[in-house]
Amino acid sequence: MDAFGHLAGGFAVALAPLNLLLALCGSVAGTAIGALPGLGPLNAIALLLPLVFALKLPPESALILLAAVYYGSGYGGRIAAILLNMPGEPAAVLTTLDGHPMARAGRGGAALAISGIGSFAGATLSVVLLTFLSVPLSRAAVGFSPADYVALIGFALSLLGAVAAGNAAKTWAAACLGLLLAMVGIDGGTGVERFTFGTVELLGGIDFTVLAIGLFAVSEILLLLESPVAAAASHLGHGARLTLAEIRRCVPTMLRSTGIGFVIGVLPGAGASIAAALSYSTEKRLNERDGTFGRGDVRGVAAPETADNAAQIGNMVPMLALGIPGSGTTAVLLGALLMYNITPGPLLFTQRPEVAWGLIASMYVGNVMLLVLNLPLVGLFARLLMVPAWALYPLVIALSFAGVYAASNSSTDLLLAVGFGVAGWMFRKLGVPLVPIVLGFVLGRLLEDNLRRALSLSDGDPMILLASPVSVVLWALTLTAILWPVIGLWKARGAAPGAPPGCPPG
Amino acid sequence: MLPSLLRSACLAALALAASIPPAGAQGFTPQNPECIAPAAPGGGFDLTCRTTARLLNEYGIVGPAIRTQNMPGGIGAVAMNQVLAQRRNDPNVIVAVSTGSWVNLAQGRFGRWTENDVRWVGAIGADFGVIAVRKDSRFQNLSELMAALKADPGSVPMGAGGAVGSQDWTKAALVAKGAGADPRKLRYVPFEGGGQAMAALLGGHIQVFPGDASEVQGQLQAGEIRLLAVLSPNRLPGPFADIPTAREQGAEVEWTIVRGFYMPPGASDAAYEFWVDALRRMQADPRYAEARSGAGLFEYNSLGEAFTALAKQRTGEYRTLAREVGLVQQQ
Repeated sequence: MDAFGHLAGGFAVALAPLNLLLALCGSVAGTAIGALPGLGPLNAIALLLPLVFALKLPPESALILLAAVYYGSGYGGRIAAILLNMPGEPAAVLTTLDGHPMARAGRGGAALAISGIGSFAGATLSVVLLTFLSVPLSRAAVGFSPADYVALIGFALSLLGAVAAGNAAKTWAAACLGLLLAMVGIDGGTGVERFTFGTVELLGGIDFTVLAIGLFAVSEILLLLESPVAAAASHLGHGARLTLAEIRRCVPTMLRSTGIGFVIGVLPGAGASIAAALSYSTEKRLNERDGTFGRGDVRGVAAPETADNAAQIGNMVPMLALGIPGSGTTAVLLGALLMYNITPGPLLFTQRPEVAWGLIASMYVGNVMLLVLNLPLVGLFARLLMVPAWALYPLVIALSFAGVYAASNSSTDLLLAVGFGVAGWMFRKLGVPLVPIVLGFVLGRLLEDNLRRALSLSDGDPMILLASPVSVVLWALTLTAILWPVIGLWKARGAAPGAPPGCPPG
Repeated sequence: MLPSLLRSACLAALALAASIPPAGAQGFTPQNPECIAPAAPGGGFDLTCRTTARLLNEYGIVGPAIRTQNMPGGIGAVAMNQVLAQRRNDPNVIVAVSTGSWVNLAQGRFGRWTENDVRWVGAIGADFGVIAVRKDSRFQNLSELMAALKADPGSVPMGAGGAVGSQDWTKAALVAKGAGADPRKLRYVPFEGGGQAMAALLGGHIQVFPGDASEVQGQLQAGEIRLLAVLSPNRLPGPFADIPTAREQGAEVEWTIVRGFYMPPGASDAAYEFWVDALRRMQADPRYAEARSGAGLFEYNSLGEAFTALAKQRTGEYRTLAREVGLVQQQ
């Protein structure tokens, strides 16, 4: 196949000493940036751009460095999520569900290891798919209409019940709160301000990082203040290392999650958060009988991490093949190309093969580097928890706040984060799960925007939502997902009328 | 020796008195200069700031490194409010601005501030509106599209990267107005950025994408899309050379997306002159043409007073337009 020849040319570029070094630097920097909640890859790449020009790097080298930061951040994002229950990016929210219970049981190292392996599997398999299928896939992806997006997001939302353990009413209340928060700011359809209370600071809406840092990190600190000794002690201890059997158990999970993550990532209007949510809930449904999800199941860590990295690589498909950014971060990467006077678009592969194929080849190299880099460091990261909580948590909070402020230069964001922290603390006391709030928030905006688009296209006719086969299939799945627990309950009641419905305390 | 010492002592006293970095009557030197990009990284504002900051440093026009700060929110509304509230006298900051900001300013979306509240420094270039369709579109030229819109404004699904009322929408509205159709009856779909609108055009979900020249160039060269018209006063160079302007096709529709900067109102004349001159020298540099096209911009000269007049004139025009199509909010 032709792709092999191009790929060989790409490897010639990627394996040049300078580019190898840059991929390494980018991977290390990406991991570090991902590890810090608050400073996402988007802002990190923006910060690096001037450096790239100051060093007068050729375009392919610049892209190799910046892309390494991007996919490297997918490896780093899990560290704070697993060890500290502080997700720094939307997809890592799902990682907290099983990763943090593992860390609490003293298996933080094992959780980090499986997430590293999952990230590697997801990314590498996706790069293979990208190498051979990017053009036909990107063609198919643009066929996905606003109505199809509505169905996809509806499906993801319907799985929220599966994501969160505990009281269903509280889960849905939390998800609705998330949807409500998503409405703050200028309405994307008509430009009308909503829930801004007349302030300009809220015009741009609430930033995901602000919400996540507030709900998770700040509230964690408030909990810590209540009982500093207990919180510090509970994390310590060395649980069992990751076993080969566990890795083997995760293989089907990783394969499925790669598929889900990559396909969702290729769609220009969906993101890693949908991919992670779908893959996590799929795995949870498939392994429902075990009842271990949400309490520290390795597969619950592998699924979102694999899907997250697969989606990140998938995001590069429309960027490389069509010149269309699938996310904010790929938009910055495209901006970097523009500054080199390279027009991103379908001709990139033919006009500047060294850039396109060099980048693709470097992603193979970079992911191997990241795995090699990350696995030995797992022990070191896990030892982070030996730092007493009274020192560790305030430090992480300080870094997060610095990151938030650096990104937006707005003190309002910091105040919001504190406000969300207090709210999050109360929610924890009341047993309201936090994950559905964040997912409702992320999905809510996408859902509303796409529903709007679909209905403006059809002039208000709701039948457009069922017009394509893709939509119909997705809605059917949604219906099944909603009815599944009901059927399960009915069956259980039929089998053993005396058994109480298994509802572990959230 | 002595006079120069005396002069610096005077300057120091002056600086202390004004409690701002030394900004003498002549020879203003910026300290910790800053460019505010009022959007998240990756967009036009960001590119405007980063390109300008890099070139001013690279060409040796501004000595100290210029830092780019992102301050997203409301197409510049958040940044303008912050600058006017907290940095009214700061001579070291320039803020990126575009036609998109003027459109919103005209609709009262910047809080209580208007175009008269800042000092307009100058433009660094401009982009132009285009009317894009997919390669297999039923429309061969602008007249056919306008005829279809006149017959039924809702018959042509179109979409771009901004809400109703935004600069993207205004292009569609102007075409509709030119055709004698009611812009409010358009079937307009807002997307999250031009990239998604392009994806929707390629996917056949929308039929017309009123975009910007720079963002459609890749697809145009690949033959995936056709342009019915460029909305510039004259034909554009390069890959756009064959595409007729709207005016050539008998429609008085023009859309220039000017990109430039403003400063806080309290900045001294010396500081203002310094930045105007810096932009002038940057654009005079022989290397600038290439860098400008890298930022997706065409040549557009407007600095200092000319730019101030332009900002006020355009904002006024958009205010009239917004009123005509019933967009202006209660004030």
